[in-house]
Amino acid sequence: MKMILTRIVFLSLLAACSRSTPVNNGVYMLLDTSGTYRQELQKAEQIIRYTLSHLDATDSFAVARIDTGSFSEKDIVAKASFDDRPSTINRQKRMFAEKIGAFVDSVQSSPYTDITGGLLQAIEYLNEKETQNKTILIFSDMKEDLQDGYLRDIDFDLNGFDVIALNVTKLRSDNIDPREYLLRLTQWQSRVEKSGGHWRVVNDLDGLEGILQGQ
Amino acid sequence: MNFLLSITPFPVISALLWIVLVVTALYFARPTAHKTIRAMSLALHRTFRVASKAVIQAEYSLAARNRDVLLAAGREAKERIVEREFDRVNETVRRDLASFSALHRALNESINGIEKDHQDAVDVPPDPPGWVKAVEAVANIDSREGRVGIGNVLSDIHKSLIKAHKEAMTAYRKASGERHALLRRMRPDWRKIQQTLSQVGKDVDSLLSRSAAIDRHMQEYEDMVSGKDRAISILSSSSLMYFFVSGLVLAIAIGGATVNFSLIARPMAEMVGGTSLIGGFRTADIAALVIILVEISMGLFLMESLRITRLFPVIGALPDKTRVRMVWITFFLLFMLASVEAGLAYMREVLLQDELATSALLRGDVTQVLSGQYLWITTAAQMGMGFILPFALTFVAIPLETFVHSLRTVVGLLMIGLLRMLSIVLRLIGNACRYLGALTEQLYDLPLFIPLWLEERNGSARPGSGDSRTSEVTS
Repeated sequence: MKMILTRIVFLSLLAACSRSTPVNNGVYMLLDTSGTYRQELQKAEQIIRYTLSHLDATDSFAVARIDTGSFSEKDIVAKASFDDRPSTINRQKRMFAEKIGAFVDSVQSSPYTDITGGLLQAIEYLNEKETQNKTILIFSDMKEDLQDGYLRDIDFDLNGFDVIALNVTKLRSDNIDPREYLLRLTQWQSRVEKSGGHWRVVNDLDGLEGILQGQ
Repeated sequence: MNFLLSITPFPVISALLWIVLVVTALYFARPTAHKTIRAMSLALHRTFRVASKAVIQAEYSLAARNRDVLLAAGREAKERIVEREFDRVNETVRRDLASFSALHRALNESINGIEKDHQDAVDVPPDPPGWVKAVEAVANIDSREGRVGIGNVLSDIHKSLIKAHKEAMTAYRKASGERHALLRRMRPDWRKIQQTLSQVGKDVDSLLSRSAAIDRHMQEYEDMVSGKDRAISILSSSSLMYFFVSGLVLAIAIGGATVNFSLIARPMAEMVGGTSLIGGFRTADIAALVIILVEISMGLFLMESLRITRLFPVIGALPDKTRVRMVWITFFLLFMLASVEAGLAYMREVLLQDELATSALLRGDVTQVLSGQYLWITTAAQMGMGFILPFALTFVAIPLETFVHSLRTVVGLLMIGLLRMLSIVLRLIGNACRYLGALTEQLYDLPLFIPLWLEERNGSARPGSGDSRTSEVTS
């Protein structure tokens, strides 16, 4: 009896003293740099800064460009896994913002738009970081334009992912036939949801509150 | 229900039949029912009364214990006061009587000096001139022997006399001057004696006032030892007052500790990380809390070592050398913790500014440039608070001790009040049970009014039979 009581007390103390970490976020943002959409990147910088200001210790954030072949680490413009010391976090955020600023100023347009490749890269990155919340932000018009020879007819595993399309601008052809725009969005939505992800579209950049999970 | 009303073809007759049957049954069961009701009500009444008495007994025991606690606390406090008064007396005696031999010697020296000076200053009358006899001898010279040359002799004598007189006067003046000088020299000795004696008088007065205070405290102590009601009353009211005052001071101290906590919790994240949790709480917060608690503990030990408080008798009973060593060790630890806190407070300000700068940068607010002109004031204030608050929290030990001691009495008083209320409630319930029993008997009799009326009529026709029933009811 005494032994059992001792064990119970010991286990209770152990449980009370066990170190745990709060829920952390992983955010991967894809920036479309194709054609005329490049002009929208100033807005993307704004979103990145907003996201940075809302991320905290142990969160991970990466920004990658969408170009001809986006399934590559080389397309990652900036990435950071935030430390748990406040001063280091601030330093990391400043450096991140500087990198993004430099990128936006110097980015060249890409001829093709490989959104699927970017998504695959995002899934890989966030799975590797093992964050509790996983969010993929796609700053694009969602019009995929693949170069010949690139195979992107691949199923994703987006279980537990939030996929948010930001600033999905209407193309000239969309204005002529809005069904194209709606069809595009519906196709992406069904593709994401079939893969187990949660799909959202945010076009009003003034209402960015709550784009991250757990906020 | 239908079954009950269908024992005869007519429901009304069935109902009447049932009523008659029930009333008859109730009438015949009446004495037993009354006894049962009475027994039950009496049992409940007695049970509650016994419970009430037990509670009263518990209240008395608690009151006695509280009284003992109060008296013990009062005696202890009084012993401390008397002890302190004796310490002061001892200090006064040690300080003043230790120098008494020197004082005595100084007084003796002064008195001897005065005596000597006094002896020296005795007025010595000038010697009578030795020439009178010579003059007499000259005057007695017979005329026959010839008085030739007497005039010259007299003249010489006269001259000698004048000269001797002058010398005597000079010597006398000199001696008088010396005497006056001696008397003048006595004045500081007189003053010294006067000052010394007045100092002695003051010391004696101080001792007398201390002894009067000790007498008063001893009288109160004796009252406590003999357990006089007046002493209990004074101690009780004092205890309540101490409880509220120390509670107020402790609340203020908790406020100070909270401010202290907010000063060091944020920068603590730099040391232990800002994300890890222990038991659902941030490790940084727990670390900050632990630092504050350790500071309070050090403060308690410091106060104990200085014998200002007596929460830990073990510390108070340590040998003086060990105790003094403990004072220095706890003070050193407290000083180090205060320094750490000052550093953390500085770090907090740095982090805050860093965070503000980062937020401004992320907002794209390039116009918000940090103006560091007056920043040093807040930084210095935070550092100062971080350094001072641990020392200020040290003094929490004093109200804490008072609070702990008075808490026993206050909790005792509250418990006594509670038990008293409980006993009253139990007694009320007991009485209510008794009267409810009587009421139930009456209610039982209510449907039996016809047979009872008949019985009463029958009984009144037979003398002597009514009294027994009445006595049965009222008993």
